[in-house]
Amino acid sequence: MLGLALVLGLGLGYAALKFKVEGDPLVARIDAILPQTQCGQCGYPGCKPYATAIAAGEADINQCPPGGDAGVHALADLMGVEYKPLNAEHGAPKPKSVAFIDENTCIGCTLCIQACPVDAILGAAKHMHTIISSECTGCELCLPPCPVDCITMHPIAVTPDNWKWKYPIIPIRAVPLSDVKLKEAVN
Amino acid sequence: MNAFLNFFQPKRGVHPPEHKAESTQLPIATLPLPEKLVLPLRQHIGHFPKVLVQVGDHVLKGQLLAEAEGTVSAAIHAPTSGQITAISDAVIPHPSGLPDLCITLLPDGKDTWIERKPQDWQHTDKHELVASLRNSGIVGMGGATFPTYIKLCAESKCQIHTLIINAAECEPYITCDDMLMRERADEIVQGIAIAQHLLGAQKSIIGIEDNKPQATKAMETAVQKSAMQTAIVTVPTQYPSGDARQLIKLVANIEVPHDKRATQMGVQVFNVATVRALYRFFCLGEPAISRVVTVTGNVNQPQNFEVLFGTPLPELLKAAGGEKPNTTHFIMGGPMMGFDLPTNEVPITKAANCIIAASPALFAPPPPAMPCIRCARCADACPIQLQPQELYWFAKSDNFEKARDYNLFDCIECGVCSYVCPSNIPLVQYYRYAKSEMIAQDKAKEAADLARERNEFRLARIEREKQERAQKHAERALGAKQDSAKQENSTEAPREKNDALEANNHAASSDATTKTQADDAKKAAIAAAIERAKAAKLAAQQAGDAPKNMTPTNPAVQQEIAEIDARRQHVGLEKAVETNPNIDAEKQAKIAAAIERAKVMKAAKEAEKLEKEP
Repeated sequence: MLGLALVLGLGLGYAALKFKVEGDPLVARIDAILPQTQCGQCGYPGCKPYATAIAAGEADINQCPPGGDAGVHALADLMGVEYKPLNAEHGAPKPKSVAFIDENTCIGCTLCIQACPVDAILGAAKHMHTIISSECTGCELCLPPCPVDCITMHPIAVTPDNWKWKYPIIPIRAVPLSDVKLKEAVN
Repeated sequence: MNAFLNFFQPKRGVHPPEHKAESTQLPIATLPLPEKLVLPLRQHIGHFPKVLVQVGDHVLKGQLLAEAEGTVSAAIHAPTSGQITAISDAVIPHPSGLPDLCITLLPDGKDTWIERKPQDWQHTDKHELVASLRNSGIVGMGGATFPTYIKLCAESKCQIHTLIINAAECEPYITCDDMLMRERADEIVQGIAIAQHLLGAQKSIIGIEDNKPQATKAMETAVQKSAMQTAIVTVPTQYPSGDARQLIKLVANIEVPHDKRATQMGVQVFNVATVRALYRFFCLGEPAISRVVTVTGNVNQPQNFEVLFGTPLPELLKAAGGEKPNTTHFIMGGPMMGFDLPTNEVPITKAANCIIAASPALFAPPPPAMPCIRCARCADACPIQLQPQELYWFAKSDNFEKARDYNLFDCIECGVCSYVCPSNIPLVQYYRYAKSEMIAQDKAKEAADLARERNEFRLARIEREKQERAQKHAERALGAKQDSAKQENSTEAPREKNDALEANNHAASSDATTKTQADDAKKAAIAAAIERAKAAKLAAQQAGDAPKNMTPTNPAVQQEIAEIDARRQHVGLEKAVETNPNIDAEKQAKIAAAIERAKVMKAAKEAEKLEKEP
């Protein structure tokens, strides 16, 4: 009996060392739900720090406007807590947009390049900058540092490429009053 | 055993009223040249083609207007000669009703062909033929519009043994393939020969539904005439046997697993209209510029037309005798899988096999949907053997992960489930909704992963730059320390050097020998001095890592050292002045000493600064 306990104990000890999980898997799972906008609206300097804070119980699950209601639901499911509506303090969800630089106004100060969390702005000092729109997350972090306010947010347009089928709704039809009266008369 | 099991299988698919007789009364007519042609750039699945022309250009019939760009893409050609008047957004036949980029061509009425180059396909390298096919503009004409050259490239990856020609045309109302087989059977058979040659397939089978006896007969005659070994298999009329997987099972008895492609099972399927386009491209040198379109439903004269791509729909309707007054809308494709056109001002594209004018009599508005009663009629009818009632439940409640688990992406949206549903639930609409939501979610996830990767890379880069900067700083500090150490050591050397020089000068002045001798002595003295300095340095290194007095401890001590140095220097110089009449040497020594002093001071200062800093 003792021998068996010893063998199993050693086996478990070995397995704990051999199959040690690097990092916190919960943080990674929360991070996978977050939209990776890296906008900092949650009050943390990015999605990963916010995920770490949620995992540590320091932050609430309803602080991410870009994730929207669906994101809060997913986080509530993962964390096993009650769903709560988005906290208005952290901003309201907006349609997904990308930044756009007015190239005539841009003075090439590189301040926006330093602010972009995903390196989606291309340019050099005293040269015009431009946004790589496919990489832009729409975090709006480049707007405040711009000294000439040449950056605007453009919502992503619907094209036949990204168009989605709508949820089937049975349209409500207005029935003329005379028809209703007729039915009543029949009844 | 299989037959025994099949007996208990529910009959899959449906057999709706055919409505095919209306449009097969008249032969295929060629439409007169329309007033303008609007060519959408997106007429196929895949990437946008690259536009090669500019507004104002005059183009010839068959000229390349846009070439295939990227792996999956197809070219666009001018359907007639004329002038390009616009390259701008226009409404395209798409369920969204959204505009997309189109080329507008104003025909000049001459219909002048560009030089056509037919190819001797039997004696040309296959790779060359397939490469030329890339800019032929030919796509799957059955409605899927997948670029054909990719399907013919498959030869290198999978060995295709059977080529199946899809002539089932199972959807009601559509008769374009039927009429094409009746009238252009020879072209189709030659096209089959080309496709079979390119694929290297051993056999070819034509699958035709048994409601097209005339077409079957015409094909049989054409096959006999060409002395080809093509088999013609008639399949029972049952919707959707025209689906590629259904047809493969029916004519070749091969069941393609849901996670595999037909090519992996050694089968390739082409539509009759596609092989006919292949024939016209290789034997006549004509790219894809037209197709046969069925115009039927609520029109005065239902008929099939050979229509140039880009022809506006109203011109086509005019040729069919115009639509009847009670027409409500138009459907592109069949009544089962087609979609309602947003407006009738759309051009005919490569996908447009049929235009149906709808009226309340033909297509009554659907009665209100009732709750699902779980009768599972849809499950019995589903040709893919999915569980439509479950999928409906998941799609309705946005439970997309569950829908994915139930293989929603295997659904071909054939509409059989909606057709049999006793509660009139628009099931396919729910599946389309769920599918497009899931595709959007997947794309968003991909974008998020990319953003995460880029953000992590950026943070790592900032961290790395910080570390590099710190390291450089530390290196510089260390370098300065070593420098100062070196200088403390080497302060001895110049002094010795000075001594040596002095001695040398002494010798030079007192002995007054020849100049060469003096030079030699000078050199020797310098060498000796260097040797001594090196030895001293080595000794210092051996004694310890660095001399203990390398860094002056406090300013007072430092000043003292400096003062002593100055005094020493002064004495040495006085001595030199006394003993040495050579002013040059004196000057040199002075300069050297000054430099040394400055260096020592600087090093001391730096060392002090560094000590204070951390």
